[in-house]
Amino acid sequence: MKILVCISHVPDTTSKINFTDGDTKFDTNGVQFVINPNDEFGLTRAMWFKEKQGASVDVINVGGPETEPTLRKALAIGADSAIRVNTPATDGFAVAKQLANVVKDGGYDLIIAGRESIDYNGGMVPGMLAELLGANFVTNCISLEVDGANAKAVREIDGGKETVSTTLPLVIGGQKGIVEESDLRIPNMRGIMQARQKPLNVVEPVEATKETSTVKFEKPEPKGAVKLVSPDNLDELVSLLHNEAKVI
Amino acid sequence: MSVLVYTESEQGKFKKVAFEVASYAKAVADQMGTTVTAITINASDVSELGSYGVDKVLKVNDSKLDMFNAKTYANIIKQAAEKEGTKVVVVSSSADSKYLAPLLAVGLDAGYASNVVEAPTSASPFTVKRTAFTNKAFIFSTIDTDVKIVGVSKNAFGLKEHSGSATAEDFAPSIPENGVHVESVDKATNTVTIADAEIVVSGGRGLKGPENWGMIEELAEVLGAATACSKPVSDLGWRPHGEHVGQTGKPVASNLYIAIGISGAIQHLAGINASKVKVVINSDPEAPFFKAADYGVVGDAFEVVPKLIEKLKEFKAQNA
Repeated sequence: MKILVCISHVPDTTSKINFTDGDTKFDTNGVQFVINPNDEFGLTRAMWFKEKQGASVDVINVGGPETEPTLRKALAIGADSAIRVNTPATDGFAVAKQLANVVKDGGYDLIIAGRESIDYNGGMVPGMLAELLGANFVTNCISLEVDGANAKAVREIDGGKETVSTTLPLVIGGQKGIVEESDLRIPNMRGIMQARQKPLNVVEPVEATKETSTVKFEKPEPKGAVKLVSPDNLDELVSLLHNEAKVI
Repeated sequence: MSVLVYTESEQGKFKKVAFEVASYAKAVADQMGTTVTAITINASDVSELGSYGVDKVLKVNDSKLDMFNAKTYANIIKQAAEKEGTKVVVVSSSADSKYLAPLLAVGLDAGYASNVVEAPTSASPFTVKRTAFTNKAFIFSTIDTDVKIVGVSKNAFGLKEHSGSATAEDFAPSIPENGVHVESVDKATNTVTIADAEIVVSGGRGLKGPENWGMIEELAEVLGAATACSKPVSDLGWRPHGEHVGQTGKPVASNLYIAIGISGAIQHLAGINASKVKVVINSDPEAPFFKAADYGVVGDAFEVVPKLIEKLKEFKAQNA
């Protein structure tokens, strides 16, 4: 089985979010970038397939050279080789189109992406990729088993879960649950050393027109101060929630 | 030319988000000087949609569609959009709609903006405001394609009632086969889900162990709320994953979010930030959650929560 894991290069979850150039650009100053957490759960599941079922695992990112350390980290975790499509990630559709091109040429059976990236939260790349490929697609995936060309997946739905059967080629939108938090791997020194020797292929983009454009960013209004209520006066809390906030 | 809205139902009855996306579609249609057409799949009574600005309903009823299937549903909505000559399709942010929207976008060659929180700020260029960085920021984006898809954030636009009625028309699209088959659905039917809940009651590590969740469940029951938890609680296995809310868990956009024994890590706050009113109960006055909350109680959860349950029961009895 040939697996491709799509890796988004995103600000660490603890990052402070700021903008520059008249609020038209994300300010990367002082920001640490990481593998998108939803992608990392999928990558870890891919490593399981590699170790238990003999799969090969490539990782891919669409972006500039600044994303290479993130791909190297995926290699240090255990992926076999990395691909970087040398073009900025402009919108979900353009990224999906670049990915689809690599998948078609690479003959991948299983493509695992995160259900969404934690920066733009679009949640559209895996679905668009599947549709461009004509592949089967399961998102919000919290369990995945593959047996030959058949797959069984569990999808988180509002208020529960749903078990589906499907076949390869398959695109997965993964999230926590596809592996547990405790299964995530911190690269060890040997992995980091090996990652330096593994191939990181830079491929040039195909033509892909973006369908949406960012005009500007805005930060939420700063919040007012919290109103503290004494634990001995919870009637006041009930009254505030009823009369002031009007939520009960 | 009408705006097409996918109004979701479950076992024949509309979900609340159906009325919110219909209200949104009406606002878009008014900006564009056109009407609203809704598409329903196995909804029984569609007359309610008229009260939220829908002019016409395309009713699809087919027992083959009893189980949600993203690719099939996306294909049916595509057929409806083509029949209506639609330029704007509006969907919700439910798990199902977020699943089908990217497929629909490719099918219609449409640009898709998700997590949209307001009516378009401009109809031409078509500009929407959406959340990003897990609610730490907003983006104003244009959708540059001829056909556009807007995914509306839950509980952001609200319900807008209109006096009007909708005409219903049976619609029999072709139903394509596809390669994903639902084997089983495991869903609690008698509890409120985090996605639908107006109120969410959430517990953190401050509750010390899963055996102490009885009072969280009781508080939720008094309020008609869903229960949720912080990431450490789900990682420790005290509560099921499905209850984990935060940046890597479920997003919450309820009217009221009550956090008990949750310190308020930045990832947790990001995930619940879209909730309108936040209450924190924590023994540590330095907990970061107090900076993000509207109302706070500094106190021991094991004393405060039982008292709060009593007070709420009294309140409910008086206001019943």
